[in-house]
Amino acid sequence: MTTRLDRRFAKLKAEGRAAFVTFITAGDPDFDASFDILRGLPAAGADVIELGMPFTDPMADGPAIQASSQRALKAGATLKRTLDLVRRFREGDGETPIVLMGYYNPIYHMGVSKFLAAAGEAGVDGLIVVDLPPEEDDELCEPALKAGLNFIRLATPTTDDKRLPKVLENTSGFVYYVSINGITGSAAPEAQGVARAVERIKRHTSLPVAVGFGIRTPEQAAQIARDADGAVVGSAIVSAIAGELDGHGKMKSGGDARVLAFVSELARGVHGARAKAAE
Amino acid sequence: MNAGSKPNSFKSGPDERGRFGIFGGRFVAETLMPLILELETAYETAKNDPAFHAELAHLNKHYAGRPSALYFAERLTEHFGGAKIYFKREELNHTGSHKINNCLGQIQLARRMAKTRIIAETGAGQHGVASATVAARFGLPCVVYMGATDVERQKPNVFRMKLLGAEVVPVTSGSGTLKDAMNEALRDWVTNVENTYYLIGTVAGPHPYPAMVRDFQSVIGEEAKKQLQEAEGRLPDTLVACIGGGSNAMGLFHPFLDDTGVDIIGVEAGGHGIPSGEHSASITGGSPGVLHGNRTYLLQDADGQILEGHSISAGLDYPGIGPEHSWLNDIGRVKYVSATDKEALEAFQLCSKVEGIIPALEPCHALAHVAKIAPTMRKDQIILVCLSGRGDKDVFSVAEYLGVKL
Repeated sequence: MTTRLDRRFAKLKAEGRAAFVTFITAGDPDFDASFDILRGLPAAGADVIELGMPFTDPMADGPAIQASSQRALKAGATLKRTLDLVRRFREGDGETPIVLMGYYNPIYHMGVSKFLAAAGEAGVDGLIVVDLPPEEDDELCEPALKAGLNFIRLATPTTDDKRLPKVLENTSGFVYYVSINGITGSAAPEAQGVARAVERIKRHTSLPVAVGFGIRTPEQAAQIARDADGAVVGSAIVSAIAGELDGHGKMKSGGDARVLAFVSELARGVHGARAKAAE
Repeated sequence: MNAGSKPNSFKSGPDERGRFGIFGGRFVAETLMPLILELETAYETAKNDPAFHAELAHLNKHYAGRPSALYFAERLTEHFGGAKIYFKREELNHTGSHKINNCLGQIQLARRMAKTRIIAETGAGQHGVASATVAARFGLPCVVYMGATDVERQKPNVFRMKLLGAEVVPVTSGSGTLKDAMNEALRDWVTNVENTYYLIGTVAGPHPYPAMVRDFQSVIGEEAKKQLQEAEGRLPDTLVACIGGGSNAMGLFHPFLDDTGVDIIGVEAGGHGIPSGEHSASITGGSPGVLHGNRTYLLQDADGQILEGHSISAGLDYPGIGPEHSWLNDIGRVKYVSATDKEALEAFQLCSKVEGIIPALEPCHALAHVAKIAPTMRKDQIILVCLSGRGDKDVFSVAEYLGVKL
């Protein structure tokens, strides 16, 4: 069964370029402003969209994404509203893959089968759930795969060769390589180490490997995109959103356009990476 | 071992996945997973090594001052006019609470794993002080994460930690209490996973922590069982202990779980009362969910977002509870009740005046429940209560609650 993610990565491979994967938090700073940005991401160059499911206790996230979660929750975000956002996005875009990223508890609380049915119906393509390692695959990963969703796993510098096959076993869509030991938005990854890590993962899988955590600039994104099948940018975009809020936490006039312009710059970095490397 | 079935022993958990029935597990980010597995192996090896136990017994005796006394609270017994009340006096331990039992065990493990840096979370500061203490004793740097709100209401303990050489990091995210401190400690751990040992202070977190902390705290119940046998020649009728994460309670309860004639009661923090919504009673007022590495009863809203706990006692102000407690609740072996801030404050004053012991606000919740049941029991019956900590740290906040200016 090919999914939107499979098709998207196959197309990019044929074009000889890496995927630009963008992360925003659903409902940040509020539902409508978040939708305006989400809707504009594909035109700004996003090949895959990761949509954060807000959670009160984002243990693997740094200050930027923590703050975005809090803004969204304060504005009334819920898991159900996140799915509404996807559904609305799908009315205008049937091609760009959307991966929900977050923590298990809101899903567990809604009920796994109810959630999977609603996510599939809304047009969600994949899930990244930070606090579900392969040891807990029967919780959500296996039911999600059965429901036709991709389950994207994080691999990290601490995932050694012995463990990697276990991590990759039920992974589909792509592999998300976390380039540093740490939380989102921390230190920038070192390019050489990333290249080696991508090569190591590729020895174990034919899935595309996207790299994230700590990528902030078009230059860094370009560097990662030379060696990986995708570059993920999250905290930098979420910080750009935070920078466009007024004193009441509302998006300033024209703020969404400026955020999307920043996304376009990052996209140019990713999309031009290999052409530049080949020069 | 599913919740609801009757196991042959109540002490056989967790299973190989770290579960007690449906509770427990290893819900952590991949970065931490290899380390969690390494910790499990290291603990299994240590557990089967007599040298590890000998070393721990030596430290417990000469450094922590164990065994702690079992004390017949004669005047409190007379006051209530019912069952005989015994205190297991964990407040007499070095650092003033039961927390040292766990810290001595885990610091030995950290050294065996060649970790060179200790991190910990703390609520009331008791676990932070105990962690800073063992880190000082073994010459390891220690960083303690503490909610900014708690830093404010537990100033004496903050200063103690600093005297012991630890760095105290106030956590301002969320409500600035224990759960936020735990989030921040996890973020530190994931960043410094190679050299850092996370010394979790209660019977919660990913497997193997709940079982490991329970094992280190079980010295409470093992000693108490023997001491009561010597004093009374029999088992108690009822055990009572307070519960935040639930480590002093699990330490007292575990050795008695298969003595099915013993009633076991855990007392959660009822705050302003369960109907007010402002409490920290995860079992009485919460539902199962996944947080901080384990599935357990949590305070959460209709969307699965975690709610802030409230308690007069910073040490109980946590929206979760150890997973083994959740299981013991669901199978009905332990009964979980709650006591309010007000009831705990009354018990604080009563115990101070009648017994000459100023208890910490945490075990005052257990004492508040003793006040409810002791008068209804026969004089030949015995209640054993865990006096988990001393109240020095609380005198300032109690004065404030009572409207006394110091």
